Amino acid sequence: MNELALQAIIQHYRTSEEGLVEILREASRQAGYLTPEHLAFIAKALHLPQSQVHSVASFYSLISLKPLGRHVVRFCQDAPCHVVGGRAVWEAVQAALGIGVGETTPDGRWSLLTTSCIGACSVGPVMMVDDDIHGNLTPESVRDILARYDKIGGAA
Amino acid sequence: MAYRANILISSEAPGADAVQAAFLSKVQDLQLEDEVQVLATTALMGAATQGIEALVYPEGTRYVNLTPADAATIVEEHLYKGRPVQRLAYVEPKVTPLPPPNTKEVRVVLGNVGKINPFDIEDYIAEDGYMALAKVLTEMTPDQVVEEMKKSGLRGRGGAGFPAYMKWTLARNSPNKPKFLICNGDEGDPGAFMNRSVLEGDPHSVIEGMAIAAYVVGAEQGYFYVRAEYPIAIRTLRVAIEQAREYGFLGQNIFGSGFNFDLEIRMGAGAFVCGEETALMRSIEGKRGMPSTRPPFPAASGLWGKPSNINNVETYANTAKILLKGGEWFSSVGTEKSKGTKTFAIAGKVKRTGLIEVPLGLTLREVVYDVGGGILNDKKFKAVQTGGPMGGCIPEQFLDMPVDYESLASVGSIMGSGGFVIMDEDTCMVDIARFFMDFVQDESCGKCVPCRVGTRRMLEILNDICEGRGQPGDIERLEELGKSIMRGSLCGLGQGAPNPVLSTIKYFRHEYEAHIYEKKCPAKVCRALIEYKVNPETCIGCTRCARNCPVNAISGKPKEAHYIDPSICIRCGICSQVCPVNAISVE
Amino acid sequence: MKNLEELRNIKERALQRRKLAGEGARARIVVAMGTTGIAAGARDTMTAILAELEKRGIGDVIVTQTGGGGLSTYEPVVQIQIGDSELVTYGNLDATRVPALIESHIINGQPVTDWLVK
Repeated sequence: MNELALQAIIQHYRTSEEGLVEILREASRQAGYLTPEHLAFIAKALHLPQSQVHSVASFYSLISLKPLGRHVVRFCQDAPCHVVGGRAVWEAVQAALGIGVGETTPDGRWSLLTTSCIGACSVGPVMMVDDDIHGNLTPESVRDILARYDKIGGAA
Repeated sequence: MAYRANILISSEAPGADAVQAAFLSKVQDLQLEDEVQVLATTALMGAATQGIEALVYPEGTRYVNLTPADAATIVEEHLYKGRPVQRLAYVEPKVTPLPPPNTKEVRVVLGNVGKINPFDIEDYIAEDGYMALAKVLTEMTPDQVVEEMKKSGLRGRGGAGFPAYMKWTLARNSPNKPKFLICNGDEGDPGAFMNRSVLEGDPHSVIEGMAIAAYVVGAEQGYFYVRAEYPIAIRTLRVAIEQAREYGFLGQNIFGSGFNFDLEIRMGAGAFVCGEETALMRSIEGKRGMPSTRPPFPAASGLWGKPSNINNVETYANTAKILLKGGEWFSSVGTEKSKGTKTFAIAGKVKRTGLIEVPLGLTLREVVYDVGGGILNDKKFKAVQTGGPMGGCIPEQFLDMPVDYESLASVGSIMGSGGFVIMDEDTCMVDIARFFMDFVQDESCGKCVPCRVGTRRMLEILNDICEGRGQPGDIERLEELGKSIMRGSLCGLGQGAPNPVLSTIKYFRHEYEAHIYEKKCPAKVCRALIEYKVNPETCIGCTRCARNCPVNAISGKPKEAHYIDPSICIRCGICSQVCPVNAISVE
Repeated sequence: MKNLEELRNIKERALQRRKLAGEGARARIVVAMGTTGIAAGARDTMTAILAELEKRGIGDVIVTQTGGGGLSTYEPVVQIQIGDSELVTYGNLDATRVPALIESHIINGQPVTDWLVK
């Protein structure tokens, strides 16, 4: 993400401390993750110490300070999804992508994360792929869903 | 000799020859020609044609829209390895048994949800939308509104159950200025999704309720804090706020009354603790969302140190209806101390999951069996978890208890936001407690040591118990830690975090003991404590389990009983799924 | 918004707009598009409905959306209203069922009883 795009996000929210959480979240969403340079730029624009910007950025789970793949799978690992068969689906997702939680595929296509409840418990197990929510998952259905987005590796 | 399987191919569809040839050649490749017969037929399928089709017997699996490559896959997967190819199979549209009309539901908050178009403000107005705001601003004083709210008995629907009128009055009487009005839409309890449904289905009801509360409190600026995990709710709300401004329900001099009010949306960034009101306000201010000590309460010193009133989505969504129809109308249902209706999110092992709204005081049994339709596959009910990760698990013996704030608290759980996760006999209570502990451990903001370190220690003990390393004294350690965490934490997260563990120990202690002392998981969930075994009497030596085992843990000669090596087995359960004679059991 | 009178007028207008005849439409199709609906495939259902109407050249059907009414087990949920009759509710209405639904209910006026949620 270049400075111009970052500047646009800052302008869209507000150039004071009040906008910090939203600016960081939106920038992270657009850029995939935030580099120390991004954080420094935001700190300067908002007239805040870099330490404060970093402390806020590291607090929220939707603000990423680590590179992520082109597509991000966020699997719900909360109890309601677990009760209705989430574990088998979770294993199928890991097998399909060939990676574990917090990892990114070597080809940079996929990252696998967990998410806290996305409020679709009644159609669980659920996962988010990028911005889309998929529910009523079965171990059999996840490969097809993932393949709609990009090539998947992993063991069959 | 008889064939083990038959493949019937629809020969009339164009290209069927090539598919048939591909079936035949793969059958020969895998030397299955003595077992599998490939037949072409013109008499296939129903009216709806789905390209080239094939039926595989004895299972009767119907494959549709086939290519020659698919044919090879089917032979290899279905006929050789014995696992039907879901991807290619035609799925019969599921015909659902019709649920009986649910007469127990009374919809106030959900009245418009699923009925009106949330993107069209006039559809809301057609249902008497903004009539309450008009009435309040043109005919009522703030004190009269408070009086009506008091009559209604509405208690905060976010969890704590504090009477709404009292909160409003405290903020109203606070001398400092300006004042702020906040809606807590940071619904994060796993198992709760009523606020999301209201925001997505009837956003104006919440905006109207906020405007009324703002009039009482004397706030001109409102904030709508919604978690970023709810993108559809945010989009809906954004459109609704724009339309409300356009129609003049937000802005200056609303209904010519001189009252001004406007709203801004603030999105969260993924922190469960921000559902706690003091943490939420810090997050709006752009800071780390960490809770602070109360008092001072938000009514005295909230957002930027100014008096603030904060209620959740459902509380505001009730407000307009109460003012329009009267407090007595609202309080005519419910129990003595818990008035009105409440939404409940039903998830887990019931036939009908979803969202309901019922008068408070209905029994748990009515919720699980009448509204939820009973347990999936008619299994046995084990427990219902209420109130999210700070709530507790309620066992069968309390099924006839009424659902209200006090009753739930009396059995060690809470109302919370109204999430019900229903569990059956196949759920391991230790495993569930571990899942909730994993959640709060992850979401602890780290400010209070008992919560930050204590939840981690509890999780470690639970992990040990589930993985077969449980030791005598672990249960007592969990209880002791739990009590200290509750005593020593600042906010509701820490104060409630041990609840799922303590309530499962209270009601399902025998399951913990079985894990620790017998190294057994009674529900057969915890993998380290279960073993897959082949019954040599039943096993026909078909080799299917050995061929499908992902770690080659199964050995045995064809037509002889097989054996699973427990030291290699990863307990994935595939063998028992593919076994044609149910010879594999879990112990 | 100046006064109650103005609000009442909008309400009248909105109620009028709900009558299909006034809009020159023969039917209304409502898809539940809350998060649970979308997670269960409601977006595909919506796309299929629009495509099917387009394919058959049907222009006098209003297609709109609503939130998730709570029937999560039955998502995707679709409601259909013909003329001034009552709305009927279909459950598990995935995209593959759309052509048959349009054919039967919209064109021939026959609800597909097997798919109804009552």
